[in-house]
Amino acid sequence: MPIIAIPALMRNLTDGEERVTITGATLREVIDNLEKRYPGTRAKLCDGDRIRPGIGVYINGVITRIGMHERVDADAELHFLPAISGGLTCGT
Amino acid sequence: MSEKKEYKVIGTRPIRHDGVDKVTGRAIYGADFQITGLLHGRVLRSPHAHARIISIDTSRAEALPGVKGIVTAQDLPEAGDKIADLGEGAVNLKYLCDNILASDKALYKGHAIAAVAATNPHIAEEACTLIDVEYEVLPPVLEVRQAMEPDAPILHENLTTASLGDEDDKPTNIASHLQHKKGDIEEGFAEADVVIERDFITGTVHQGYIEPHNATAHYNQDGQLTVWCSTQGAFTVREQLAEILQYPISKIKVVPLEIGGGFGGKINVYIKPVAALLAKKTGKPVKVLMNRADVFEGTGPTPASYITIKIGAKKDGKITAAQTSLAFEAGAYPGSPVGAGAMCVFAPYNIEHVLIDGYDVVVNKPKTAPYRAPGATNAAFGTETVIDELAEQLDIDPLEIRIMNGAKEGDRRADGPIFPRIGFIESVEAAKEHPHYTAPNGKKYHGRGVASGFWFNIGLESSVTINVNPDGTVNLVEGSTDIGGTRASIAMQAAEVLGIPAESVNPTVVDTNSIGYTAVTGGSRTTYATGYAAYEAAHDVVKQMIGRAAKLWDVDEANVQFADGEFSSINGKEEQISFRDLSARLGQTGGPVIGRATMNPAGAGGAFATHVVDVAVDEDTGKVEILRYTATQDAGKAIHPSYVEGQIQGGVVQGIGWALNEEYIYNEEGTMTNASFLDYRMPTCLDLPMIDTVIVEVPNPGHPYGVRGVGEVPIVPPPAAIANAIYDAIGIRMTELPMSPDRLLKAMGKI
Repeated sequence: MPIIAIPALMRNLTDGEERVTITGATLREVIDNLEKRYPGTRAKLCDGDRIRPGIGVYINGVITRIGMHERVDADAELHFLPAISGGLTCGT
Repeated sequence: MSEKKEYKVIGTRPIRHDGVDKVTGRAIYGADFQITGLLHGRVLRSPHAHARIISIDTSRAEALPGVKGIVTAQDLPEAGDKIADLGEGAVNLKYLCDNILASDKALYKGHAIAAVAATNPHIAEEACTLIDVEYEVLPPVLEVRQAMEPDAPILHENLTTASLGDEDDKPTNIASHLQHKKGDIEEGFAEADVVIERDFITGTVHQGYIEPHNATAHYNQDGQLTVWCSTQGAFTVREQLAEILQYPISKIKVVPLEIGGGFGGKINVYIKPVAALLAKKTGKPVKVLMNRADVFEGTGPTPASYITIKIGAKKDGKITAAQTSLAFEAGAYPGSPVGAGAMCVFAPYNIEHVLIDGYDVVVNKPKTAPYRAPGATNAAFGTETVIDELAEQLDIDPLEIRIMNGAKEGDRRADGPIFPRIGFIESVEAAKEHPHYTAPNGKKYHGRGVASGFWFNIGLESSVTINVNPDGTVNLVEGSTDIGGTRASIAMQAAEVLGIPAESVNPTVVDTNSIGYTAVTGGSRTTYATGYAAYEAAHDVVKQMIGRAAKLWDVDEANVQFADGEFSSINGKEEQISFRDLSARLGQTGGPVIGRATMNPAGAGGAFATHVVDVAVDEDTGKVEILRYTATQDAGKAIHPSYVEGQIQGGVVQGIGWALNEEYIYNEEGTMTNASFLDYRMPTCLDLPMIDTVIVEVPNPGHPYGVRGVGEVPIVPPPAAIANAIYDAIGIRMTELPMSPDRLLKAMGKI
């Protein structure tokens, strides 16, 4: 199952767990299943049906630009980090 | 990917394709651009660092003969509270628009208030003086710690602190807080025999590109908007214009002209939408140019910062814990590179227990913009100075302690991701083995320092097409603006695949109507990602030409192979034809061949650098002279070694300027008092010795030739390396940038 690295500022919702395994074949499924196990986490990561502006999703160390549709392999590791783009910055 | 491939083009040093036009003055830059009926625009800027705009009366300016149009924020479409996804990142549209032309508040000295188009630039400038603006002047906030105080003047009444989805309800200047946590920080410090904690301050620094911003805009009768400009990314300019002007993206064409430096500062738009508004209002093409003061006061510098670093280690030098608080000035609107700084601050080291807090803080200064490895230089100044102090206290060689704790493949960064193959330790070993490191340096007031740095690099989208010419040359069409020789480094990757000389590839950077989407030249991505696209497009050419050879010889495509610029048949017929000769026969075999590729490569690979510097401190004046400088860097694979060396040298020189001289100096009212290159002191070749470079090549597994981006990381180590050298020279730890003569004299107790 994919492993989610829980951001430090969200660990109060996961009983302090830093890394959890969650089922799901897409980013949406993984986040939805994370929410089922740890209520409140989805709202931290998503704004409606999108990843929050300012958050970058890294799957196996590689940032995804596809968003919630991104496929997630069974052995993938996911990180939610500050979004880093080519340089355009005018915060949200 | 093989470690030791033999290449014919990769690794050579051909003359850059754009070199002759540039050295003969024939290259066309934005200020050179002319078009019939051109009007000239000028921007009126706020004289106050913080003020409410009560009213703007343009009637006197409009009456001036020669004035053709005036625009203010009223001419911009209503932005609302919308988050715009501009491909390069999500932005708050109101902030973006307000930074173009202030609507309700002027948030920094130099903030654009209005703009005039006139028949010549002098009339436009005079008209600006006739615009009457009534301000309610407010107290400015000019420093990050002051801005974080609970009773600080507030820049944005509706700004609250965002913290991973949570929002406070109290207005503040702290736009966001981020945190990375690994292990148990208290346990890590408890294990340490030595713990060092220091505070660091860095000043506001500009990229200092030679060419000021420029833009010429024109609306055709059919509503097509064309903008000719200097930019690091034509497509991101198009996206920003579409959002700011609320205009269909299909009706906007951006033509990137040559660019006289950017270093991150020519990604965000400033006068391009203003030129478009003026063109719309007047019905004429309008050119807007900045002067140097406009550039300093009206465009984004890199942020000042306040950083605390705490690192603990055992007696044997093993680092047990590291903690930091990074407070970065965002300028007038949220969006400093504190996130990038937090990713880089301890990245060179494999540390079990880490805690990183980052704060993005608005102040009354220009909205910050990226600058070469944004955020990483600030962060490394702190980390690498404390590492040096640890090495000294533990009596361990400063490069050895870096090797001992250095990150390598499989180690987990504090922010989470696991490193793929990287070359940090190799870069440190190269510095240690360099003759510079062991050369005598024992004179009084002379010192030697070292420091390392990390930048993660990025991939993003790139598109390339390759058209085959009948004489065996190819025209390579790309969307990456060429700042540092990337026409050459991209062309060389195509040439290697095609088995032709680099000179047989004609690279052209084209407008947004003429190539697929290509992200900015930034993030050290261009040679990596656009080069990767050129590699794939060249393979597409080869694949198609194999089909043509097969047709020519009446054999199956599977029976044609390509190597070293020659197509040959296998399994029977003894046929052979060169790339050049087959190119001449495309007409007979089906018509033109056009190779194409779009890429969004995932494995940019991180870049590491280690620097050694010798300095002499003048005990009477406090001036620091750079005596010798050696920079080692993992480039993965140097496509064109001269341009890798040039990037390293350029980054080092900018880092030296940041370390020793460069700084926005503000008075109490928030006015920059040194907004010229005479007073904002960048180093020149007369100030510096030759910068010695050592290219380390640990191939990046995410690129077919092993390329890593090289442009940014060389700016990261210099301030810390120089601070450590100053300590070696005079025994004083400098913790504030720049380490200018007055600060050194104060530190030495001489003033």
